[in-house]
Amino acid sequence: MWAMIVKEFRQLRRDRRTVALLVFQPILMLVVFGYAASFDVSEVPVNVFGPGAERVARVLPPPFEVQEVDEGADRADAESALRDAEVPVAVVTSSTGTTVLLDGSELFIAQETKATLATLSDRVPEEIAGSVEVEVLFNPDLETSAIMIPGLAAMILLFVGSVITSLGVVRERQAGTLEQLAVMPIRPVDVFLGKIAPYFVVAAVDMVIVVLAGMWLFDVPFEGSVFVFTLGALLFLFVTLGTGVLISSVSQNQGQAIQLALIVLLPQVMLSGLIFPLSSMPAGVRWIGYVLPLTYFVDIARGVMIRGASFEALATSFLYLAIIGLVVFGLATLRFRGSLAPARRRRETPERTLEEALR
Amino acid sequence: MSWGVHDVTVRFGEHLALDAVSLEAPPGRVTGVVGGDGAGKTTLLRCLVGAVAPDGGTVRSPEARRIGYLASTSGTYPDLTVEENLTFSATAYGVSPARARTRVAELLDRTGLEPARDRLAANLSGGMRQKLGVIRAMVHRPELLVLDEPTTGVDPVSRADLWWLVARAAADGAAVVLTTAYLDEAERASWLLALDGGRTLTQGTPDEIAAAVPGTIRSVSRRPDGEAARRSWRRAAKWRVWSPAEELGAGGAELVRPDLNDAVTVAALATELETAANGGGPR
Repeated sequence: MWAMIVKEFRQLRRDRRTVALLVFQPILMLVVFGYAASFDVSEVPVNVFGPGAERVARVLPPPFEVQEVDEGADRADAESALRDAEVPVAVVTSSTGTTVLLDGSELFIAQETKATLATLSDRVPEEIAGSVEVEVLFNPDLETSAIMIPGLAAMILLFVGSVITSLGVVRERQAGTLEQLAVMPIRPVDVFLGKIAPYFVVAAVDMVIVVLAGMWLFDVPFEGSVFVFTLGALLFLFVTLGTGVLISSVSQNQGQAIQLALIVLLPQVMLSGLIFPLSSMPAGVRWIGYVLPLTYFVDIARGVMIRGASFEALATSFLYLAIIGLVVFGLATLRFRGSLAPARRRRETPERTLEEALR
Repeated sequence: MSWGVHDVTVRFGEHLALDAVSLEAPPGRVTGVVGGDGAGKTTLLRCLVGAVAPDGGTVRSPEARRIGYLASTSGTYPDLTVEENLTFSATAYGVSPARARTRVAELLDRTGLEPARDRLAANLSGGMRQKLGVIRAMVHRPELLVLDEPTTGVDPVSRADLWWLVARAAADGAAVVLTTAYLDEAERASWLLALDGGRTLTQGTPDEIAAAVPGTIRSVSRRPDGEAARRSWRRAAKWRVWSPAEELGAGGAELVRPDLNDAVTVAALATELETAANGGGPR
């Protein structure tokens, strides 16, 4: 047994990257999740519209943070502000009373606001607010499943994309076929696209199944445009699969690839707003959420499915997702160029010169 | 157009993998590269196919589309069938589907792999897998066919088949460069380059190399003592002793006509003795 233990320790020591990952990963998880795991709602951005808006805005206590006050705006404006995710709460005043509109897709904020409003009547005099009515839009029963299913669909894509794809290049490396690929007349970008194509199809089918199952089994609404959702899903898939290939191309073996995939995957689950609201996270951790693709796809999926948000309203998320996609695609292709054809470029230069000289 | 390398030097960090090595690979010729482990054979081939950029010297090789390469690591995808492996290569090298079908059928037929057409490469015997690797490398009729140790770990019958395949490719006009660690089969090549420690030991036709051995070689039944021990090596049940100067054998010693195996061994010994004489220790 001693011989076996010594052998295993020696092998582990040689695989320094795995050791580093094994040490680094738990620390990362602890720090990130420790700070991120919070359902507390410290701020609730709110727009106040209607004739009495100025007066109501003045007396709104924390956690409400007034973003916009417009005495000329009405309920329709408030609804569209919620639909476009400008704010999760809007207060609409009128001669008959005050209506508080809540965005049901922001589950925790909506719940918190409901609870706060129940105690608020003591603090806001009735002559200012009148009778206060609370109305939840988009997910009126505040169903957890309604906001989780779109996110889960994204998470499943993330699993298929990152974990399975991350083994693709490593497998070639370990089977010794990468060298063969390196000398074939295949461009790095073709290798990249070829690698992700089959998983793209599988993940797209997965996506359709999950969304349909969510709608049929859990009555998750699908309010918005299928086209916008599909566009977002395809973009997200591209990013996810690209990340998998990138992970694969920097890993020496399958163990490293899986570890790295998990390092990329778990923070996305925790920090994308899928489970814990981004607004509840301290700024030091929240910024991580803003560089993760899942954050933007969760936003798109919830926006389209629950709120029926338009492409324009989600344009920022699409833009960031596209930027992340370009970065991942660029890095993976560069990485392929480095590991697939280190010699080709260096050799091409003198050859071209020779051809030119002969001409 | 003749392919090849001229004065190629490759360093991996401090290690000098190739030291000013030159090799011509004209069309229609099977050029063999021989040498022990770590001699630089694989590095030379990788230079030729563009997988390694040389630190010095020049490489003349066709564009990637017209090179066929079997790496020493593995030439096949274990989770694809024989036919799928070949089709993948043909497509990657731009062979039209119709021509690929004909070529695959022809190669499978020629190598006796036809019955294994639908078998996964992982389930092939070592010899069959090597054959598949070789025909995969030549499926697109490359102008330069580069095979790294195609016969290593292959039984004698399959080795003969593989050499036949290689000879056919050369007869069809390809410039073939292959490495082997087996000197007995290297004689089948039309031209040989012997490497040792990244340097050229000798090159020429197998006959030229055998004929160019300086001094004499004797076959004795016991290993000689003293200084001569450093110039001796085992051949089957007997020992060979090389004398750099012409010297007629005495005491029952038998002069032998050197073959390729002797010639390459002598070339390596001569380099080693020269290095030692110049103050460097044996490598």
